[in-house]
Amino acid sequence: MTEIFPGVKEIYSKYLDVPSTSPVDGAGSTYRWHVLDNQEELAQRGITPVGTLLCVHGNPTWSYLWRSLLNHVSENQLAWRVVAVDQLDMGFSQRTGKFRRLADRVNDLGDLAEAMDLGDNVTTVGHDWGGIISLGWAVSHQDRLANVVLTNTAIHPAGFELPSALKLATHPAVHGWGTKTTRAFLQVTHSLAQPALAPEVRKTFMAPYTSADVRDGVANFVADIPFDPSHPSRPALDEISEAVRSLSVPALMLWGPKDPVFSDRYLRDLLGRLPHAQVHRFEGASHLVGEDRDIASPIFSWLAGNQHVAESARAQSSTPYQPMLAELDSRSDDHSTAVVDIHPPQSLSWSQLGERVNALAAGLQQVGVKSGDRVNLLVPPGIELTSLIYACLRLGAVIVVADAGLGTKGLGRAIKGAGPSFLVGIDRALTGARVLNWPGTKIAVGSLPATKRKLLGVAHTLDELLETGSKLSASQANFTAADPDADAAVLFTSGSTGPAKGVVYTHRQLAAMRDTLRETYDLKAGSALVAGFAPFALLGPALGATSVTPDMDVTAPRTLTASALADAAVAVNATTVFASPAALANVLETKSELNTAQRKTLAGVGLMLSAGAPIPEPLLAKVQELVPNAKVHTPYGMTEALPVTDIDLAGIRAAGDGNGVCVGTAVAGATVAIAPIDALGIAGDEPQYTPNVTGEILVRAPHVKDRYDRLWITEAASSSIDGWHRTGDVGHLDDAGLLWVEGRLGHVLSTANGAITPVAAEHAVQSVVGAGRAALVGVGPAGTQAAVVVMETVPAARKPGPADNALARKVRAAVAQTGIEVAAVLVLPTLPTDIRHNSKIDRAALAQWASTTLAGGRIRTP
Amino acid sequence: MSETTDQLSPLRVLVTGASGLLGGAVAQLLSEKGHHVRTFQRSASSHAGDEVRGSLTDPAAVAQAVESMDAVIHLAAKVSFTGHWQEFVDTNITGTNNLLQASQKAGIKDFVFVSSPSVAHFGDSLAGATAGTANPDLAHGNYARSKAAAELNALALDSVDFRVAAIRPHVVWGPGDTQLVERVIERAKGGRLPLLDHGAALIDTTYIDNAAAAIVRGLERMDHAHGRALVVTNGEPRPVGELIAGICLAGGAPAPKLNVPGWLARGAGTIIEKLWLAAGSRNLVHDEPPMTRFLAKQLSTAHWFDQRETHEVLDWKPAVSIDEGLAKLTAHYAQS
Repeated sequence: MTEIFPGVKEIYSKYLDVPSTSPVDGAGSTYRWHVLDNQEELAQRGITPVGTLLCVHGNPTWSYLWRSLLNHVSENQLAWRVVAVDQLDMGFSQRTGKFRRLADRVNDLGDLAEAMDLGDNVTTVGHDWGGIISLGWAVSHQDRLANVVLTNTAIHPAGFELPSALKLATHPAVHGWGTKTTRAFLQVTHSLAQPALAPEVRKTFMAPYTSADVRDGVANFVADIPFDPSHPSRPALDEISEAVRSLSVPALMLWGPKDPVFSDRYLRDLLGRLPHAQVHRFEGASHLVGEDRDIASPIFSWLAGNQHVAESARAQSSTPYQPMLAELDSRSDDHSTAVVDIHPPQSLSWSQLGERVNALAAGLQQVGVKSGDRVNLLVPPGIELTSLIYACLRLGAVIVVADAGLGTKGLGRAIKGAGPSFLVGIDRALTGARVLNWPGTKIAVGSLPATKRKLLGVAHTLDELLETGSKLSASQANFTAADPDADAAVLFTSGSTGPAKGVVYTHRQLAAMRDTLRETYDLKAGSALVAGFAPFALLGPALGATSVTPDMDVTAPRTLTASALADAAVAVNATTVFASPAALANVLETKSELNTAQRKTLAGVGLMLSAGAPIPEPLLAKVQELVPNAKVHTPYGMTEALPVTDIDLAGIRAAGDGNGVCVGTAVAGATVAIAPIDALGIAGDEPQYTPNVTGEILVRAPHVKDRYDRLWITEAASSSIDGWHRTGDVGHLDDAGLLWVEGRLGHVLSTANGAITPVAAEHAVQSVVGAGRAALVGVGPAGTQAAVVVMETVPAARKPGPADNALARKVRAAVAQTGIEVAAVLVLPTLPTDIRHNSKIDRAALAQWASTTLAGGRIRTP
Repeated sequence: MSETTDQLSPLRVLVTGASGLLGGAVAQLLSEKGHHVRTFQRSASSHAGDEVRGSLTDPAAVAQAVESMDAVIHLAAKVSFTGHWQEFVDTNITGTNNLLQASQKAGIKDFVFVSSPSVAHFGDSLAGATAGTANPDLAHGNYARSKAAAELNALALDSVDFRVAAIRPHVVWGPGDTQLVERVIERAKGGRLPLLDHGAALIDTTYIDNAAAAIVRGLERMDHAHGRALVVTNGEPRPVGELIAGICLAGGAPAPKLNVPGWLARGAGTIIEKLWLAAGSRNLVHDEPPMTRFLAKQLSTAHWFDQRETHEVLDWKPAVSIDEGLAKLTAHYAQS
């Protein structure tokens, strides 16, 4: 097959003469258009297309931008016609000698579409200024419109500023020189690709614009940007951008957030107009998102999904829906303690908490927070955060919670991704927001000096909101109960597997999480809990349980000391303690500091929950000594489903040793199944319950997430089995139906002898005298990986490198007992751990390090 | 396993290069399996029986060697690191061509060309690599380049009537190995054996019995193997330092303690090779894969291979593990 351009078959390229009806042209004008079209190829294959994609490039690219769509159809034998146009004055289409404005360009596209007979199932696909042009065609051809797809574009409304990079491009001093006289504008645009374009691709993008006399279109396009209300194209822009709101067809937006021009703010604006749109933000991708990432696969799988929408098999809750605020509202006359902070010391009764929540909600409403608005809460756990959470739930505003433990970079990425309208934060968070340009109206916790307030761009403070709100609530602010199926919260994952992902919960799903916890752990109203694990902390008021936040830095679980825990327990006479494994490890290390009174209170605890990561039996046994009368439980779960299963110390002991960590049985309302993995470690699509078959762990429950936020591809993958959430963890069910977690799907080794999960081998290594923590990682290509042990030793090794021969022999022999052949044993002074979970070894980093080390060369530290 | 179903009725097999460790083992194994073995080499072979002496460069001698044979296993080659390109051409390329032509003329049905993974790999570190296609232009050094050309010539002749398979054993070792094993032990005893970059590079090796078995298997499985090039290893990659320590231990030498940066050794590689060769009093034409090159240059780079295709095509797996091989080596040195 001959190629006319790199990656474009000759058969796709064609020219056609189309009469123009555009305002700028006189009667009888006809122009020659260049398009890429797979119609002929489909005909040769004997295929009648199910629909047509009409792809419109922006400035200064051309139809070449869409070659991956044409090739995807061909390679996967799909039945979609793809028509990618070169707009007039652009690409290899005719130079008209006219200044074509937005209205002309929309009309031009209509003329071409008419001439090409695109059928009555058209999906528009747009990029850059091609976005609004494609939407201009879409809104006036709704009878034929099936879907819209948008990639880094803008519908540029009043009140929105022109991106500064474009402002510069339109400046008279820069404009003609940058766009027409020189190739600067083209070169800058091409250089936005992440990673850089291949030389032949860059050359091909430039091909139709090599001399100044063919670059009028590029210059005019920039000059036609209606950044000013008096601009001649402004009426057309306003008309289209308003009409977009009337579109009800499925919409998909694929975005490169590193775009310096069409940044996230334009995505947020578009989502306001097309709220039903599905979004995927490719973290790290930029303006030329179709060059940076594979957009063809998601577009066509999304289109396939739109063809037949199945009824969701989502698990329904067995308990009737009770709003999260039900418990708080029923206790408006209860003067017993609801929430307690240790540092600084503060406590509120149920009645006071209810009043505070209502006052805050009224205050927030007053400054414009409304149902569906996203409110980012950068506030440490405690009364302040609890009040904010319930105030937002009251308003139907969506809380966005990202843990500061993500680090500034990760946090910033998360916040920009979620795109909150409001950002409530403590000083430190507001400084970060200012410096890093995080979106949202800023609301400060606590009072600020006027200068600092101005410096940080703070619009309101919580105290002000409370004050105005309390006056309003006295006169009965009017709150509408939130739609149970509307978004309630966006919670961010730990980011241990790539950038943190936003996880969206509806009110119904949050309520189901509360009900599951209540039922599984018998958390009756009147319980008193120490909230040492953030996600569960917000549930105290919903459960009707008194909750106390211990004095600790929640971003660093290891800062929780035994006496801080005990002090918190004493404050509420705790019946229940929630903590993370890392926090518990430190509590145990500092337990000698406990005094008699503290020990006595801890002896009164009836339930100890360690959540966040599986916890080994020896640690749990020590925890039991600390709380001698408590049932010690360790749930297994993830941000997407909290919790999934549960087991107690007795259960762990009864289960004994096995391949993995025994995490018990599904919690109330949840079902767990396995999607078996093949020899390459790839999980199938059939939920199975067969004992002792290893595969991806699947969970189905009413409290499973609604979806990933603005990560349509990720969401589609995680929910590819209807009604189930794919956890990305691997494990098996044993004969008794207990779930064993064997690690992450990404950590499965794919050896010549089949797929291997690492946990059993790691336990075997740890049984060797002198061994510390260990990780089994795969080195080499999938299907023939070598199994490599990377381990700590006691005492710790001084340098990274191969284990000495005696140790290597012992480790190899121990692991051989589990049926696994070890190729190499490497030692490290200390294994890198995931920053968020002190207890989780960063296997991805270790596999990379092992691979480099065993390739030969100087040995470095991971 | 279908081990029994692939057993051949007794054949007359010519083995070239039987004076070497691997050629000798192949001849021995064929005899044990009931085949008639003729050997062909310039010097005396350890294998008693039918023998033709002569050079591959002598067409008359070659024609005599293949006469009335059913199959050929061709191991003879020039494995030196020095010498003129022409010498490699003469033995490895022209010699192989002579043997191929004579074999076709004599009506021989099956031809196993024993080759080396180095014909298709060009100096980068290899992790789980597949065999790849031989490339005389890219292969490093005269040995690998000439073997690559010879392998391409041999495989090009593969047909239904004259079936050709290439078997590429990687770093063969075992009792009686004067190349790798004895030099390692000798140098370790003298305290002159360094590890490069702490000996972390992961490498594949092949115990002698496994290499011989795979080569014979190539003949037995010619239905499936012809037209292919198959890398053969023990399928147990190990850090090179651990392997060397194991060999030293077996030979009663201390494990090397001295560590040398890989870049330094690689830089000095050529000099070391030349010194060794100059000091060597032996005839430099050998039948085994290169060893000094391995020690001086590749000891600091990973070399291990994907064995799935080999195992499937040969319907075979190595019978002797590295640990068992080291135990045999220990027993060998305990006796001697």
